[in-house]
Amino acid sequence: MSSKIKSLKYNGKWDFSPSIESIENLSIQKEYQLFINGQFQQPLAKKYFPSINPSNEQQLSRIAKAEAEDVDMAVKSARAAFNGQWGKISGKERAKYIYRIARLIQEKSKELAIVETLDGGKPIRESRDIDIPLAAAHFFYYAGWADKLEYAFPNRFPKPLGVVGQIIPWNFPLMMAAWKIAPALATGNTVVLKPAESTSITALLLAEIIKEAELPPGVVNIITGDGSTGNLIVNHPDVNKIAFTGSTQVGKSIMENISGTNKRSTMELGGKAANIIFEDAPLDQAVEGVINGIYFNQGHVCCAGSRLFIQESVYDVVLRKLKDRMQSLLVGNPLDKNTDIGAVNSKQQLATIQKYIDIGVKEGADIFQLNCELPKSGYWCPPTLFTNVSQSHSIAKEEIFGPVLAVQTFRTTQEVINKANNTPYGLSAGVWTDKGSKAFNLASKLKAGVIWANTYNKFDPTSPFGGYKESGHGREGGLHGLNPYLNLE
Amino acid sequence: MSKRIKVLKTYKIFIDGKFPRTESGRYTQLKKDNLTIANVCLSSRKDIRNAVLSARNAFESWSSKSAYNRSQILYRIAEMMEGNKNQFIEELILQGEDSNKAILEIDQSIDRIIYFAGWPDKINPIFGSVNPVASSHFNFTILEPMGVLGIVAPEENSLLGLISSIIPAILSGNTCVTIVSEKLPLCAISLAEVISNSDVPNGVVNIITGSKDELAPHLAQHMDVNALGINIDNKELKNQMFFQASNNLKRVVDVSKYKIEDSSFESPYIVKKFMEAKTTWHPIEKDFTSSNNY
Repeated sequence: MSSKIKSLKYNGKWDFSPSIESIENLSIQKEYQLFINGQFQQPLAKKYFPSINPSNEQQLSRIAKAEAEDVDMAVKSARAAFNGQWGKISGKERAKYIYRIARLIQEKSKELAIVETLDGGKPIRESRDIDIPLAAAHFFYYAGWADKLEYAFPNRFPKPLGVVGQIIPWNFPLMMAAWKIAPALATGNTVVLKPAESTSITALLLAEIIKEAELPPGVVNIITGDGSTGNLIVNHPDVNKIAFTGSTQVGKSIMENISGTNKRSTMELGGKAANIIFEDAPLDQAVEGVINGIYFNQGHVCCAGSRLFIQESVYDVVLRKLKDRMQSLLVGNPLDKNTDIGAVNSKQQLATIQKYIDIGVKEGADIFQLNCELPKSGYWCPPTLFTNVSQSHSIAKEEIFGPVLAVQTFRTTQEVINKANNTPYGLSAGVWTDKGSKAFNLASKLKAGVIWANTYNKFDPTSPFGGYKESGHGREGGLHGLNPYLNLE
Repeated sequence: MSKRIKVLKTYKIFIDGKFPRTESGRYTQLKKDNLTIANVCLSSRKDIRNAVLSARNAFESWSSKSAYNRSQILYRIAEMMEGNKNQFIEELILQGEDSNKAILEIDQSIDRIIYFAGWPDKINPIFGSVNPVASSHFNFTILEPMGVLGIVAPEENSLLGLISSIIPAILSGNTCVTIVSEKLPLCAISLAEVISNSDVPNGVVNIITGSKDELAPHLAQHMDVNALGINIDNKELKNQMFFQASNNLKRVVDVSKYKIEDSSFESPYIVKKFMEAKTTWHPIEKDFTSSNNY
């Protein structure tokens, strides 16, 4: 019956007047250096790589490539800072430095948001309202812990680990830097951080902030480069811990590399989250949550709700609502404040997404894509969903890291629990139901580190985040986020 | 050129974000070396009642702000105090403190605000709990603010003592009416000015000067005050307040046993004393067919 209801047809009439964020007062340097021992310095080999704006394929800047000697210098300066001033000051004084960073991020939030959008392709609405405020909030939150650690771990005399190497991804560049640096500093460690190759600029603006905040030299070192630079950090003998956010594949190789050493680790890896809609759910709200779950940040989200499970009795109506809602998504210039879906982060990632879309079609699933005009240059992928998907399809098993949703159905609670847990991943899951007791039942049965009930993709500095199984280990955020940076023996 | 005539500051009280004089029109003269430093309001029962009303009205908005937001507002108070340091130092010296001690006291006061500013979003992770009840229920306990607090700040350490009385009490979302040091009231009014410039909503902090013997019992008896935080040396007055507080079972937190200057004062347990624990039960659906092996 419900399938007889006609779909909305926008025919491309869902237009807004453009509202482009101004970049007039913005100055992006032509070249960015390595931030080591409180100074910006050229890489010894003087090698640089380009940073590209993925929405128009133009070069934004050149970024220094750190090689073995640069990495060694960064680790040495972090070690010296740990053995020196940073290791001696009180938690109270450490807190003040971290509060300064939080305040400076807030002061420069507009500039940071624009650069994040130019460098990474994400809509300005998201960088302005989510990435940057959350980065500031993270520093603010962990600043408060610096002099309160004995309450978090009673009877344990928490001690910092030493030098921590941190490697972060390109999907939330500044926010991930904050998630890594803030707890490390609050607990008294020193840091060597490497941003992702395609999104280094905001991390280097953060380096400027850290300099302005007058942190002692060497406490935070930010070095840029590709995977080979990351590898050098991982294998440096004087690093006490590796905190990595990125793909499960790279995470496994890091674990191999540090096996047999005393290095500690936190791994925040991939996901293939189930987003489950029961027949008693508030359906419009659920559809909003599904859209947000998979199309937020072009689907470049490790906890993206990429597997949708709809209870059969409401399948038709949910699918219609979902397709209607997709029609109203605006894909285009990330600097436009109306934009919902920005540019895919890189050429390489676009190829990966396209590969999976082709596989999806080839394996027999039915494709539905938003029929919209895409900009001529840049990397773009329209919001996509597949129906007629089975558990064995690649698009239902593997992480795509793009705006591609695989839709499946279920009849009973037990069936959907089995299907949802049938994955090597376990980062997050979503449940939509009006019945609280059902939500809590699912929350207790789903094997994932974060469960969202009647909401999705919510993040907060006070809330621990991290995965089960091959989605990694360790938690970031909240009191749990302190533990991986402390020795409690 | 003739000597410039200094403008003298008028010290008033702080109710609902405004700086009125006491409705009673009474004042007392604060003197140093036989010279008048300030005319200080001798507030009345009516002023206390007005202040409690304003604190009650402010409770809803202050306690429903996010912990993060309250945290930032408290941090803002510290920022503003850092900028107004000299004014506080001058007042402390005017009230008889030597300059080194005055500088120490203001530094310690600012740092103490920063310390407590970190707690709003960390109290529940420390003291809240998820309770593993035997039945199929999700059961958790969180701490919530109590409501309106009546605070009597200590006579000595007029600034640090005042900060230490107010900040841990309000950080969880409580609002307060504070009777300040009777003989050293100057910093209290300057603190009110800082608070009024720090995004703290009107009525969250109310500051009353005057005779403690006269005013404190009115706070203790007031039926719309939920708890008292008192730091009083006068044993008789203290006992009287404990007695009067029983009229509506106000919680009474006697802060006088803690040493204000000591860093041991800085603890979340003082915050917890001004909070109530709330436990919520919610059923978890039981699926008897379930056999989950993953």
